[in-house]
Amino acid sequence: MNMSTNTDFTLAIEDLTVSFDGFKAVDSLNFYLDRNELHVVIGPNGAGKTTVLDLICGKTKSTSGSIKFLNKELTNLSEHEIVRAGVGRKFQTPSIYENLSVMENLEISYPKGRGVFGSLMFKHDAVVRDKIMEVAKQIMLEKFLHTEAGLLSHGQKQWLEIGMLLIQDPQLLMLDEPVAGMSVKEREQTAELLNKISAGRSVLVIEHDMEFVARIAHKVTVLHQGKILAAGEMKDVQKDPKVIEVYLGH
Amino acid sequence: MSFVYEKLFGDKKGLIGFCILAALILVVFPVMLDSFRLNLVGKYLTYAFAAVSLVLLWGYGGTLSLGQGIFFGIGGYAMAMFLKLEASSPENTAIQSTPGIPDFMDWNQITELPLFWMPFHSFTFTLFAVLVVPTIFAYIIGAAMFKRRVGGVYFAIITQVVSVILTVLIVGQQGLTGGINGITDLRTLNGWDITSDSAKNLFYFINCFLLLAVIIASRFILTSKFGRLLLAMRDKEDRVRFSGYDVANFKIFIFSFAAMISAIGGAMFTLQVGFMSPSFVGIVPSIEMVIFAAIGGRMSLIGAVYGTLLINFGKTAFSESFPELWLFLMGGLFIAVVMFFPNGLAGLWEDYGHHITKRFGFINKFFDKSKNTADSVELEGANS
Repeated sequence: MNMSTNTDFTLAIEDLTVSFDGFKAVDSLNFYLDRNELHVVIGPNGAGKTTVLDLICGKTKSTSGSIKFLNKELTNLSEHEIVRAGVGRKFQTPSIYENLSVMENLEISYPKGRGVFGSLMFKHDAVVRDKIMEVAKQIMLEKFLHTEAGLLSHGQKQWLEIGMLLIQDPQLLMLDEPVAGMSVKEREQTAELLNKISAGRSVLVIEHDMEFVARIAHKVTVLHQGKILAAGEMKDVQKDPKVIEVYLGH
Repeated sequence: MSFVYEKLFGDKKGLIGFCILAALILVVFPVMLDSFRLNLVGKYLTYAFAAVSLVLLWGYGGTLSLGQGIFFGIGGYAMAMFLKLEASSPENTAIQSTPGIPDFMDWNQITELPLFWMPFHSFTFTLFAVLVVPTIFAYIIGAAMFKRRVGGVYFAIITQVVSVILTVLIVGQQGLTGGINGITDLRTLNGWDITSDSAKNLFYFINCFLLLAVIIASRFILTSKFGRLLLAMRDKEDRVRFSGYDVANFKIFIFSFAAMISAIGGAMFTLQVGFMSPSFVGIVPSIEMVIFAAIGGRMSLIGAVYGTLLINFGKTAFSESFPELWLFLMGGLFIAVVMFFPNGLAGLWEDYGHHITKRFGFINKFFDKSKNTADSVELEGANS
């Protein structure tokens, strides 16, 4: 189906295009992501940022091009197969199970018992409990394990969703606006969390808050009208006249 | 030990509720009611299978089926076909132009038993068919719908359409199915008279035990990770999918399981009532089953049984005096429950039941003791 070659990158997107009724939301995109890299994608509304995440995780099917994750082609896999390959994705609005407790939210995300019969026979044993505890500590929710998730604050919900991804130990973690609606203190804690969890995996973040981006990003890519406008280190991108004109300037 | 206990009964409240229900249907009803009334309760309890299946499918799974009558009917018809063949022995049907085939076939100028009737000479095959045919049928419908991500109101409409199609098919193929009259005049099971009081009593108890077993099996599903996944899917289907689950498979399983449960009810109906007809397959019975579950409480396996009993008692009492008003009353009740008590009787019990249970404190104490001896390890996170 596609002729792209293997690479050393965790994620290699080549010539990726998706068009909705002729409108190209993503246009011949090339993008590479390394292991241990925390990469932030910024850009004005409608630039195609969320669409790129949708394409990687299989929510939207591409029109043409290739997405290779650890040299495995993702474009023809279904959503759950992509997750099982090691790609985790957080949605823009916190997407957690409001009626279940924090523990149950994490338990459901635990990557065992994913089949119908596996889930019937799944045992909540010490290994599972320890892992849940470990993740709960990481996301600062260890005191809320038995709290109904719907009762958490907005920021805690965002952390819980990150925790639901962490418990699956994904090689690629994609976060869509993780600090939206968070207080200043929560933003600081989230930045710390992201710096910690980017070790040993690749993290792809979409964010608008430039101060937050500057704090976490190893590399930044600016998207505009489905194409890359600029890419590189934050301080260089911020000085780029094209970026200032379409995004930062106003 | 405690693990098994929680898996099968849920928490302490679940066990008490289960025991009260068991005592009511196994002891109180048989002692208090005469044979005719007991048989009537037995008939109601066969609908409870469908109501329990809807708790799983609709209450927990969030997928409303308006076609549980399909599966109730298939189970009932499978059993009826066996009994009819036995009732149509060549000696019993000697006056027909073709002896040895069911009477309605003879009336429709059919001279040979159709091929698909043949295996129903065997009781073992019939039991197998009662369980497997509806399950496979549900699997096919479920796979066709859920794999394409058809759900919600569209799924409800499609199940309703299937139940209409099945009714039309049964009514239209009079020679093969008995048509609108259904399959009637069922007398014996392996030579044993099923119309006798002793047989009816026995069927009543078999029915009760099967219903209680179904409730335990359903509880096992709901207290497992599967049960929490059902709730999660109802709430955020995409999040479940993007946590690595093939959502469709879970829905197909619960739909097939619900179909199997309903079919057991249908087969027990045929045995206790002595006939099966298309009026238990179509839209009206299917929607009635939803009302039973809604009124009993669509999140409560045990509540669904009480809902079924209550509505059917009401139906019998009311339709004796005001037959034309009953449908309006039931419709009104359904709307009232959905609007004011979305969790039905079980929800009311949750909210106000403690006023009553306070007076029966000794029951609580008794169960506390039995629980403490049974379970020494505290299990986290396994309540539902």
